Amino acid sequence: MNTPANTIPTSLDTQTIPSAAFSMTRPFFWSLRRELWEYRSIYIAPLAAAAIFLIGFLISTIHLPRQMRTLSAPALHQTIMTPYDFVAGLLMLTAMAVGLFYCLDALNGERRDRSILFWKSLPVSDTTAVLAKASIPFVVLPLITFAVTVAAQWIMLLLSSAVLLGNGLSADMLWTHVHLFPMSLMLLYHLITVHVLWHAPFYGWLFLISAWARRAAFLWAVLPIIAIAFVEKIAFNTSHFATFLGDRLGGGAEAMTLPGSMPIDPGVHITLGRYLGTPGLWIGLAFTAICLAAAVQLRRYRSPV
Amino acid sequence: MAAIEAHGLRKAFGTTVALNGIDLRLEEGRILGIIGPNGAGKTTALNAILGLTPYQGTLQVLGRNPWTQRDQLMRDVAFIADVAVLPRWMRVSQLLDYVAGVHPRFSRDRAQGFLAKTAIQPDAKIRHLSKGMVTQLHLALVMAIDARLLVLDEPTLGLDSLYRKQFYDSLLNDYFDRSRTIVVTTHQVEEFQDLLTDVIFMDRGRILLNSTIEEYESRYLELIVHPEQVAAARALKPIYERQLFDRGILLFDHGDRQQLGALGDVRTPSIADLFVAVVGQAQGAQGATR
Repeated sequence: MNTPANTIPTSLDTQTIPSAAFSMTRPFFWSLRRELWEYRSIYIAPLAAAAIFLIGFLISTIHLPRQMRTLSAPALHQTIMTPYDFVAGLLMLTAMAVGLFYCLDALNGERRDRSILFWKSLPVSDTTAVLAKASIPFVVLPLITFAVTVAAQWIMLLLSSAVLLGNGLSADMLWTHVHLFPMSLMLLYHLITVHVLWHAPFYGWLFLISAWARRAAFLWAVLPIIAIAFVEKIAFNTSHFATFLGDRLGGGAEAMTLPGSMPIDPGVHITLGRYLGTPGLWIGLAFTAICLAAAVQLRRYRSPV
Repeated sequence: MAAIEAHGLRKAFGTTVALNGIDLRLEEGRILGIIGPNGAGKTTALNAILGLTPYQGTLQVLGRNPWTQRDQLMRDVAFIADVAVLPRWMRVSQLLDYVAGVHPRFSRDRAQGFLAKTAIQPDAKIRHLSKGMVTQLHLALVMAIDARLLVLDEPTLGLDSLYRKQFYDSLLNDYFDRSRTIVVTTHQVEEFQDLLTDVIFMDRGRILLNSTIEEYESRYLELIVHPEQVAAARALKPIYERQLFDRGILLFDHGDRQQLGALGDVRTPSIADLFVAVVGQAQGAQGATR
């Protein structure tokens, strides 16, 4: 049975895959690589943020042996855990800042320098090009944030263990407080539910403006939002729009209990059902899809600026 | 099969009509020069052919609709839109990697072979290359693509004459093989007059002349006469007349070579001279009706 089952797919592979696979996967893969060549800040910024943080952390661990002797147990737990939350938060903010500037430039820069005429001379569809660009904030940046955060947290744990051992103390206590594996899983969950899915409409909006604006994409992305909030405030003396945006930016809280606490604390519980049942999630994703589809059409129609 | 077939091709930007109903058929294996002044609609026509802009009318390029099938079409079409469009942040080696990655008919070895003849280093950034080198690089890329149609829009604009000469030499010697089709736009006509098999004159969104070179050579004659013969020559209805020192130079459409030969020297006019005659005449006629 084994032999015919094996040979049939192989013969199919050689005949049908080259044309079919070439049409989608290869152009997508190379378009993605191209983005990473052009925008090196996508990985350099998180690495630099983590490196700077680790230097600060290393200096602060000098106090750790003294703190272990003097602090009460809850205070010590707080002291040990805070930097792990902090590095995760720092890298998330870094990724959001990189994502903001990346998305605004991704479809605008190629028109500004007219290189779009070169990209369009190659057999890569506008859909493939835009999807490759969209995968930067939706896939690449979250993965880099995750990998760099986890690596930094491991380095932190090993560094502080080394400091304790160097001072003749046991590092066991540290390893009972810091649970890196559950923390990593929570981090991944938080990144997907909040930074990818919940924040998706922001990135969709930025791509749309990037594809539409001739210049000053940042102003076009921000000013209409400020204007709407401002007009609403003057006309009705309400701030529903501003509140709505604030909730969107700081939100995604439905994904976990204990909203407001640091997300990677293993004490929180995921509430996936409640999160998936939130209409705002699906409305936001639909808005994102519309923005990206519009960006594809704009890339087709718009001439270089 | 026709490489390009257009019927009633029209394109307007607001109230400006860039293409005013173009009909065109170009067979494969031809080298077509589209000649026209700035704003004639040359680039708009090419953009429509390359699927870069929507249009009215019907257009088939290698049997495909360029607007809806641009990505498939680009497997068989290579183009240089403008010398300055290669991404300046990229390294030469990255550019080769990328094109090899996305283009099924690109030969990296061939491109490197062309580049080896230039001073371009593989690890150089494009922003550090001179304008001539960027053109050489772009040409090396498109010549390494086994395309059926090559489109060049003002390919030598801003290049010095040495590079221009090299450009056309390598295009003819290393690339053109009678099965491919090449479309070039320019307003520097003289340089590639000898390359062309077909010529189109465009002005204000219209085709004023569409001819093969053989047709062109049999149809148009230029007569150089002494002042005393000018009146006799004028009676034969030239389409254009100008003075060069004390000689009269008259252009005839469908003139009789023997009849003209009796009045003075007869030769085939250069494309540039005929262009001035045809486009000048059309513009004059248009001005008169206004």
